[in-house]
Amino acid sequence: MKKTLATMALAATMVAGPVMADLVFPSMSYRTGPYAAGGIPFADGYADYFTLLNERDGGIGGVMTQVPECETAYNTEKGVECYESLKGSGGLVYQPMSTGITYQLIPKVTADDIPMLTTGLGRTSAKNGKVFSHVFNFPANYWDGASGVINYLSGENAGDLKGKKITLIYHNSAYGKEPIRTLENLSVKHGYELKTIPVDHPGQEQKSQWLQIRRDKPDYVVMYGWGVMNQVAIQEAANIRFPMENFIGIWWSGSEVDVLPAGDVADGYKAVTFNGVGRDFPVYDDIQKYVVDAGKAAGNGNQIGTVMYNRGIYAAMLAAESAKTAQEIHGVADITPSMMRDGMEALEMTEEKMTSLGFPNFGPAFKVSCENHGGDGLVGVTQWDATAKEWKLISGFAPSDAEVIQPLIDEDSAAYAKEAGIEAGCK
Amino acid sequence: MFYREAGDFKTTYKDDNQTFPIKFDRYRYYFVLFVAFALIPFMLNDYWVNAIFMPFLIYSIAAIGLNILVGYCGQVSLGTGGFMAVGAYACYKFMTGIDIWLGGVQYALPPINIFFSVILAGLVTAIVGALFGLPSLRIKGFYLAVATLAAQFFLVWLFNKWEWAYNFSASGQINAPERGIFGVNVTGPNVDAWAKYLFCLVILTICAVVARNLTRGSVGRKWMAIRDMDIAAEIIGVNPLKAKLSAFAVSSFFIGISGALFFSVYLGAVEVGEAFGINKSFLVLFMVIIGGLGSIFGSFAGAAFLVLLPVLLKNVLVGGLGWPTDLAAHLEFLIVGALIIAFLIAEPHGLAQLWRVAKEKLRLWPFPH
Repeated sequence: MKKTLATMALAATMVAGPVMADLVFPSMSYRTGPYAAGGIPFADGYADYFTLLNERDGGIGGVMTQVPECETAYNTEKGVECYESLKGSGGLVYQPMSTGITYQLIPKVTADDIPMLTTGLGRTSAKNGKVFSHVFNFPANYWDGASGVINYLSGENAGDLKGKKITLIYHNSAYGKEPIRTLENLSVKHGYELKTIPVDHPGQEQKSQWLQIRRDKPDYVVMYGWGVMNQVAIQEAANIRFPMENFIGIWWSGSEVDVLPAGDVADGYKAVTFNGVGRDFPVYDDIQKYVVDAGKAAGNGNQIGTVMYNRGIYAAMLAAESAKTAQEIHGVADITPSMMRDGMEALEMTEEKMTSLGFPNFGPAFKVSCENHGGDGLVGVTQWDATAKEWKLISGFAPSDAEVIQPLIDEDSAAYAKEAGIEAGCK
Repeated sequence: MFYREAGDFKTTYKDDNQTFPIKFDRYRYYFVLFVAFALIPFMLNDYWVNAIFMPFLIYSIAAIGLNILVGYCGQVSLGTGGFMAVGAYACYKFMTGIDIWLGGVQYALPPINIFFSVILAGLVTAIVGALFGLPSLRIKGFYLAVATLAAQFFLVWLFNKWEWAYNFSASGQINAPERGIFGVNVTGPNVDAWAKYLFCLVILTICAVVARNLTRGSVGRKWMAIRDMDIAAEIIGVNPLKAKLSAFAVSSFFIGISGALFFSVYLGAVEVGEAFGINKSFLVLFMVIIGGLGSIFGSFAGAAFLVLLPVLLKNVLVGGLGWPTDLAAHLEFLIVGALIIAFLIAEPHGLAQLWRVAKEKLRLWPFPH
């Protein structure tokens, strides 16, 4: 039985091998499972942006792009399968969109000399490019997000969080646990009282957690949730009548799908972000013209303009710009993953560049270097307006607390370097 | 025509009692071993080893382990995921140098060779398994299933909470550092496909041979006696305490080894909730049921069915036919589910029984009476 399966699978994979000489941007998406609500719009945005580049500009630097997709269902085992199968297609950069898969791929991509981009997710200390040579997490990371939340709350309270009670409700995984140390260290600095409450995968059942929150009566609740967990948390918060304006999520807990199910009671819920919201950007005119009207939109085409879709096109744009940078550095149009890595490390996003691409004020300006693979960590805050059914940016992009975060990054990356036997340094 | 005993003479009891008494069977077995050890390693690439052989080999070990408990000894267990987690975390501790903190000072052993780390992880899991097997002395069937379910949840909770188990890493993830055997890497990122494959294959072969012989011997007979009727077994002199606990220990030993390999060789980084959740327990249990309870071959067949079929379907639907990935993923569930039902209706005793029936037929072929 095994052998017949094997031969059939071999035949199938041989058919699947795509044509080389395109720039391949593999999409490790998840359109099924409890995290599909966030995965679908992101994957659509990612694919649509490359479609736009193909249709409007004829690819990147004259070379067409293609986006082979592989369904991971947010599952690490499927992630491995996807990585290996996409590797055969010569992918330039991987964006696994899952912290668990990221952790697993960090040593692999480094060994295979393929860069990985984890926009706003993954291992935070990957910001230290001296240790994580092939992993990039610009423009912002989880610890920037945590610090951004605290900075915002501090601003709300005229700079004084002393004695305030803040509860972190988090997805009980590497992703959700990432901010704990940052929030703990920040609590020493700001004097607030931190409490952490885990929610196990997938997070459909949160009655006891919210009962605890109701008993503790925290001043603020911070959420690191993803997928179905977000919707449930917001509904539960509404059920215990927790004031929504004191409930603030990370960027993965702040899209339309998270707040719409709760209806009007979700009004006022906040979430931090590292990219612009809404579809009031010139790039959307092009997407409408070249992608949607041409009938080439990915998926159902009904996600356009949502927060996660924006993040998808943003991630795609960063990848495409890195590829352009790589083409400039190496002087060849048909770049390899290794060249792509150099391009990512030399990427510079300026306001003019983004405006020319149709993304004015869409994300922060930053410059990547070997020492800093993570950008400057500028974080904004958005708020949900349930009547208008849209997210609004209520606080501009502000820097996070590098004083607290940088030592943590140095410590964690040093621990990884020791564990993996990496000698830190720039190439 | 095949499987004919005619002319296959045996002159000693030893020959009569060998694992594969029929000559054709024996040669087939040697042939499979030959292909697995001498041919496949030369044909592997990263995709084949990471997407197909690693899960197949490792889940086979887990299925053999669970089959000993459920299939041979009749003790239902839903704690497989938890026991795999014990194996994984134990292996992690051994391979990074197990440490102890006394009065704020850390005393650590040097890192242990990966092969022995895996074996030691199995032993640790055996102890934990025997501990959680204690309730089996008083409760049976569904009630025992619930008790082992508690083990599943407790162990996952424990490895989320117990920072020592993951060396105090900020994210609770454990990462397998680079380790090798005879100077060849088997864990970490710089591993050759064949090294990974052979490492797991050797361990699987040892496990399968040990399991097969255990179940053929007196220990296995005691287990089966307990499974078939525990009171009768007790009356004829089988000690239920020893039989049940040994089944739990041996079963957990194998499951622990599979957990250790799952973490160190296959994935390289795991977090307990995602990798060793209740889903894993069910998956391995389904492998055992679909493969065939009380059959070592069934463990392989079940693992192959549940690991390889989804990969095959994905490659055919997405790679071959170019369908959207989400549609293919949903269809995959449908097809695998339908096939499970179809197989179980056609043969309630699993794929191993189908194989047995096929063998019987082949024995009489071409002149069935």
